[in-house]
Amino acid sequence: MSVLVLMEPGDPSRQTLTLARKFGEPLHAVHMDAVDPFAPDALAAILQTAAEELQASAVFAAGTERGNEVMARLAGRSSLPFAANCIAVNPIDPVTVTRLRWGGSLLEEALLHSPRPLITVAPHTVPIEAGPEPTDVDVKPLVAGLDQRDLMVRVSDHVAPSHGGVSLTTAKVIVSGGRGVGSKEGFAIIEELAGLLGAAVGCSRAVTSAGWRPHSDQVGQTGTKVAPEVYIACGISGATQHMAGLKGAKRILAINSDPQAPLMLNADYTVAGDLKEIVPAISAEIRKQK
Amino acid sequence: MRVLVAIKRVPITGGRIVLTEDARAIDTRHLGFTMSPHEECGVEEAVRLIEANKGDSVVITLGPPEAVEQLRDAMALGIDRAIHLQTDGQEWDGESTAAALVEAIRADEAVAGPFDIIFFGNESADSGGFQVGARVAHALGRPLVTGLKRVTPEGGSVRCEQEVEGGRDVYVVPLPAVLTVKEGLNLPRYPSVPGKMRARTKPVAVITPLRPAPRLELVSLAVPAGQGRRAESLGSGAAAAPAVVEVLRKAGVL
Repeated sequence: MSVLVLMEPGDPSRQTLTLARKFGEPLHAVHMDAVDPFAPDALAAILQTAAEELQASAVFAAGTERGNEVMARLAGRSSLPFAANCIAVNPIDPVTVTRLRWGGSLLEEALLHSPRPLITVAPHTVPIEAGPEPTDVDVKPLVAGLDQRDLMVRVSDHVAPSHGGVSLTTAKVIVSGGRGVGSKEGFAIIEELAGLLGAAVGCSRAVTSAGWRPHSDQVGQTGTKVAPEVYIACGISGATQHMAGLKGAKRILAINSDPQAPLMLNADYTVAGDLKEIVPAISAEIRKQK
Repeated sequence: MRVLVAIKRVPITGGRIVLTEDARAIDTRHLGFTMSPHEECGVEEAVRLIEANKGDSVVITLGPPEAVEQLRDAMALGIDRAIHLQTDGQEWDGESTAAALVEAIRADEAVAGPFDIIFFGNESADSGGFQVGARVAHALGRPLVTGLKRVTPEGGSVRCEQEVEGGRDVYVVPLPAVLTVKEGLNLPRYPSVPGKMRARTKPVAVITPLRPAPRLELVSLAVPAGQGRRAESLGSGAAAAPAVVEVLRKAGVL
């Protein structure tokens, strides 16, 4: 029973192969750049035709933005159910999947009643394992056969990022502030410490909702998911919304006046007390030691 | 211009999720509710578009009788009227949700004309299925653009900016279109007191769709084991600063 996989560069697609192999062999691959510039309906159309020609027992993709987007379109056009962001699959009948809810704060076990399961694999939740590699589907005839309607939604331009400074996604250190910072102006001490550490400044959803910082600074389920060496959380309580963005952080240091705040209980290091005293003291200590 | 925005009632989970005894739902007895964060921005965008272009704005949800609270919240921000696909509180999968929405949208459009834009959140905060908007767009035969941080109607088309690694990708598609949006699209306003008063008397059409057997069928939920972080106290107050610097040094970031 052949299995079709939508591949893109990077680890998430390699991790996807680990689960796809459980569904059988051989594996066949369609690549995300089969249509360039990106046209998601065209990719979904190619996957649909390829899956039918191969009589694929399942179609997999990585649970990246584009992986989920293309698979949702494939689900719509082939009238099949779709399970997004799975971390485990059992290919018995009916197929059982374990998938992420609430940005990973909750796990769902579900049955997927489908003649052709459509599954995406949540990035960085499954190990990369050695095994049979997929063979590329010859997409040339499929691209040539595309309906013009499937090329209507297509990337036509690219805008470079507007902000300067250290990017949250690549930062080695992030100094992040929450409601406890108190105001827009209160972030001066956060920025000062971030400057000394060459760190990015982050914040919680409470802060962006209050208009103290732009949304591009938000760490969390509906903001940016980060993976720094050290994450310094200042005055952040640690709602599930925020913690969903921190799963990749190597070390978390929490500074909070409430020792029972969820983030204080889920950190590696804690400092209890008023961040308005502690944060400037850390900056002063760094200056002193330099 | 006619704009529709689809929303979903979700609990405000706070710091720790507690499940019901049968592990099939979140224990919401002590929780408040809201709409998914991405959708708040969809509501704000719909209100702004109608303020600028005049017309009709509608909010739609599929959910239990209590979801009327979230419909009223949307109308308090300026949406004109609501459609409530009322359920008995059971879980609906993405496929059935989309089918019920499509039927209600077709019925509304048959009377009042097509929606120029239908907004969805990129994904719901709770189930995170990433698919209802795509299914609705396909069923209606309309272009879909996802994950948007900026939406600019230009005559008969709409310019869309999607956040990607290293900037934003731009799409231009003809209207009518289905757009899924993300938080950060705008900064939603707070409801005003007169807005809340007006929302009480705005019309809510109630429809009771039949729930088909789900093909993605929830069996049980579980709270994942913690990441094994063991909070080590570095002390309290400013006196802890040297210990913090020591940690930073050991981590190799200083």
